[in-house]
Amino acid sequence: MKLSELIDKIDAVVISGDHKLDLDIERIGASDMMSDILAANLGTSSMLLTGLTNVQSIKTAVIAGVEAILFVRNKRPPQAVIDTANSHGIPLLTCPYSMFVTSGRLYAQGFTGLNGLR
Amino acid sequence: MAALKKSFQLKSRDFIHAGEASISVQNMLKQIGIESALIRRVAICAYEGEMNAVMHGENGSFRIEVNTDKIILDISDEGPGIEDIAKAMEKGFSTASEEYREMGFGAGMGLPNMETHSDRLDIESEKGQGTRVVMRFSLSPGSRENKTGQSA
Ligand SMILES: Nc1ncnc2c1ncn2[C@@H]1O[C@H](COP(=O)(O)OP(=O)(O)OP(=O)(O)O)[C@@H](O)[C@H]1O
Ligand SMILES: [Mg+2]
Repeated sequence: MKLSELIDKIDAVVISGDHKLDLDIERIGASDMMSDILAANLGTSSMLLTGLTNVQSIKTAVIAGVEAILFVRNKRPPQAVIDTANSHGIPLLTCPYSMFVTSGRLYAQGFTGLNGLR
Repeated sequence: MAALKKSFQLKSRDFIHAGEASISVQNMLKQIGIESALIRRVAICAYEGEMNAVMHGENGSFRIEVNTDKIILDISDEGPGIEDIAKAMEKGFSTASEEYREMGFGAGMGLPNMETHSDRLDIESEKGQGTRVVMRFSLSPGSRENKTGQSA
């Protein structure tokens, strides 16, 4: 599903990277622990769902090859973190729901986990 | 191909810059045309090792060497060392403080991830003496994509 379409399912807004909204996302991982994300058997077209807004969430995404980050509970990272995400071409989104509700809404749309399983 | 070497000094507890050595290695491997699945494995190991040296160690140093047949990551520090390596290798074992957990670390998955993603992991450590983690990745001829390609 394109990021632009995914946004509507969870009432998200784009923090940065609006030129990246036609990215296709298939797999989603949700965690506040960065090594848990790196432990997943990652495929491509993936997005990270997290409440962690520090610069390490961006770096973890870069290392893992995760293509977009969605923050829950309306969280927004500081500008320096947004700049880092921009420099790596990673779009950032935020949505009002909790991790649980956001995950449930997205799961219902047919997304898989980072390893491709449901 | 001559061996390609690069090294970095790691500043302890500098979480703003932590991870930059690994991202730089990731870019370097892309530039020399290493296959993407292998780059991801090396990058994950590099990042976990770099974060451990920054978070748990002192005076970290990070080296990568790319040979014809293998890639070697050699990350060492002069920190407190690991008392029980077998225990540290267990999934979920972590001594990370609450402060580090709030920053997204402390899942106790770094060393297990390094073991999973490398072809060989060697850890030398002694309490009070520091830690050295060496990871090796074999490079088969197919691991290097032909960047220049056959002209059309
Ligand atoms: N360089 C090091 N110096 C001292 N202790 C270390 C070092 N690397 C790892 N350890 C010890 O081994 C434990 C397990 O390391 P591991 O990387 O698996 O997990 P973590 O760093 O605690 O959390 P995570 O990597 O999941 O964020 C650490 O909590 C720490 O006690
Ligand atoms: Mg670790």
